Amino acid sequence: MSFSNAVRELSYADALYEATVQEMERDDNVFVFGLGVDDPKGMYGTTKDLHHRFGAKRNFDTPLSEDAMTGVAIGAALAGMRPIHVHQRMDFLLLCMNQLINVAAKWSYMFGGAFRVPLVVRAIVGRSWGQGAQHSQSLHAHFMHVPGIKVVAPTTPHDAKGCMIAAIRDNNPVIVVEHRMLYSNRGMVPSEPYTVEFGKARVLTQGGDLTIVAISHMVVEAVRASHHLAEVGIHAEVIDPVSLSPLDAQTIQTSVQKTRRLLVVDHSWVETSAASEIVALVAESLNGDPGVRFKRMGFAPVPCPTTKPLENLFYPNSRTIAQAGYRLVTNREDWVPEGKEANEIAEFKGPF
Amino acid sequence: MVTKNCTESQLLSELYRGMYRIRFVEERIVKIYHTDKIKSPVHLSIGQEAPSVGVCAALRPTDVVFGTYRGHALYLAKGGDLNRMVAELYGKASGVAKGKAGSMHLADASVLMMGTSAIVATTIPHAVGYALAEKFRGRDTVVAVFFGDGASEEGVLHESANFAALHMLPVLFVCENNFYAIHTPLKSRVPMPNYCARMEAYGIPSRKILRNNVLETAQTAGEMIGQMREGRIGPAFLEIETYRWREHVGPGEDWALGYRSREEAEPWIRGDEVERIGCQLDLDVRTSIDHAVEMEVETAFRLAEEAAFPSDEELLTDVFQ
Repeated sequence: MSFSNAVRELSYADALYEATVQEMERDDNVFVFGLGVDDPKGMYGTTKDLHHRFGAKRNFDTPLSEDAMTGVAIGAALAGMRPIHVHQRMDFLLLCMNQLINVAAKWSYMFGGAFRVPLVVRAIVGRSWGQGAQHSQSLHAHFMHVPGIKVVAPTTPHDAKGCMIAAIRDNNPVIVVEHRMLYSNRGMVPSEPYTVEFGKARVLTQGGDLTIVAISHMVVEAVRASHHLAEVGIHAEVIDPVSLSPLDAQTIQTSVQKTRRLLVVDHSWVETSAASEIVALVAESLNGDPGVRFKRMGFAPVPCPTTKPLENLFYPNSRTIAQAGYRLVTNREDWVPEGKEANEIAEFKGPF
Repeated sequence: MVTKNCTESQLLSELYRGMYRIRFVEERIVKIYHTDKIKSPVHLSIGQEAPSVGVCAALRPTDVVFGTYRGHALYLAKGGDLNRMVAELYGKASGVAKGKAGSMHLADASVLMMGTSAIVATTIPHAVGYALAEKFRGRDTVVAVFFGDGASEEGVLHESANFAALHMLPVLFVCENNFYAIHTPLKSRVPMPNYCARMEAYGIPSRKILRNNVLETAQTAGEMIGQMREGRIGPAFLEIETYRWREHVGPGEDWALGYRSREEAEPWIRGDEVERIGCQLDLDVRTSIDHAVEMEVETAFRLAEEAAFPSDEELLTDVFQ
């Protein structure tokens, strides 16, 4: 691959692929494995021909043994390799929790800094077309809770590439939360390798009336919500944390000091969530300032239903986010924005 | 000893020294534990010295081991620094992990002991992954992973064995079968404890060592490891029958609990492998080994007593690399 410094439009999936290729070219210790990484679909194209380009030893399929395969990745990392372990659905990480929480997150501290586990876990969140209760979960808060493991959730092709490269080069375990509804998103991506620094939030839209912090695919919906709100004269500042652990609380606090209203839209359940953490961090920083209003949004407090009408109700969308923002700013409920289901959700079809 | 050739007698001396050193350290821990200077759980290896010493005698310094929370024996057998180990038990800054690990998490990259875990069976896949990396780089490293009979009931052993066999990885799976998971006997947990047959079902050559026999362990492990290095076999499995003399955790005996009897233990204690091998050495050789070990251990405990605790700043260091 030659680097001409060109910035051109890529999809989120192609940005992840390019990041992986460039790091595999740079460092022989990088390898990719997981169920289906070398199959004809190549993990939505993100690993499509890596086994042809780099050999089967550096991009290989595995038995259905998520627990042991996570341990294998950790063992390889202890030997100095830089494994990238891919999961087609984040829900399967629940089979890996012992290795991720009891080992990957502990090995540096527990042994007094003598060991490092440079491990990347790619966790793909499913949505739409009937994914149901066990193919749609976003478990980022589970990992944010634990010291010793980093969590990033890039939403743009630019950040997908930069976060993936940063994660591969990081000497610690990093969970990269990807979202299936983001893979076809297109955006400008530099052709040369670069990293996106963890712990730096992005302010996507400027506004003085309301701060909306959104996570993963909800960032896309929040930006759409900001357009709805602009129609009624409300200017929202939409912030994408990009990195959830470490979390850039400062950028959010600075915005809320200006807007005095914080709406956090999580891509998971609200209870004990990333949204709760963000609200708590901002509230603590305000030192009892009574004039600031808060609201959290997220999944309905039920397992995700499969049938489409109920699935639509399960997730926040640009209209419900806009309504919540309107209520936070005006204290009124007399506005229903017009709009329809987002294209990437409406157009998505299975069978997978 | 006159009937033995030089190599054999050297091996016996080495095995004896390794086992006696572990035994003496553990008994020293028993002596001082009541003082509460070691403010954390200890899982002693008294009676179980042979598996670690036997297998490690067959490994090269460049080979890798992973172990468990009952890890004193393995740490010492693999060449770990005794002073740093005892300091670690005392929670001192001079400990191998600055006191952050303690007895249950002994590991030392400088001797390629790459991890131990308080969660049963957890380090088994790490050995497989390490072996995958070494094979990928074209090295002839062997990775040995130690676990107890309880680990056979964890799914990750089976997932790991399957993957190691699939990729022909040079992993020596070492099961120290002491017949108990804490207080639960094997017969309450496993209908057919035929561990070798289970592993052979994955295509993994397997051998069983009876009665805690250290020499047979060293020789069998040596044969298996030799075949691995030559690429003639992938992983191999070694079950070693052994017996824990003390309580699961702590310094005492536990016959009074009633889950096992002193009578059951009697043959193991009477057939003490440390003594059995020691008896085969020339008396002056044995005395010399004993004396050196005892001096070394006394020094280690004295240094640990005198060492400083970690500074408050250590609380927040090492979370990330």
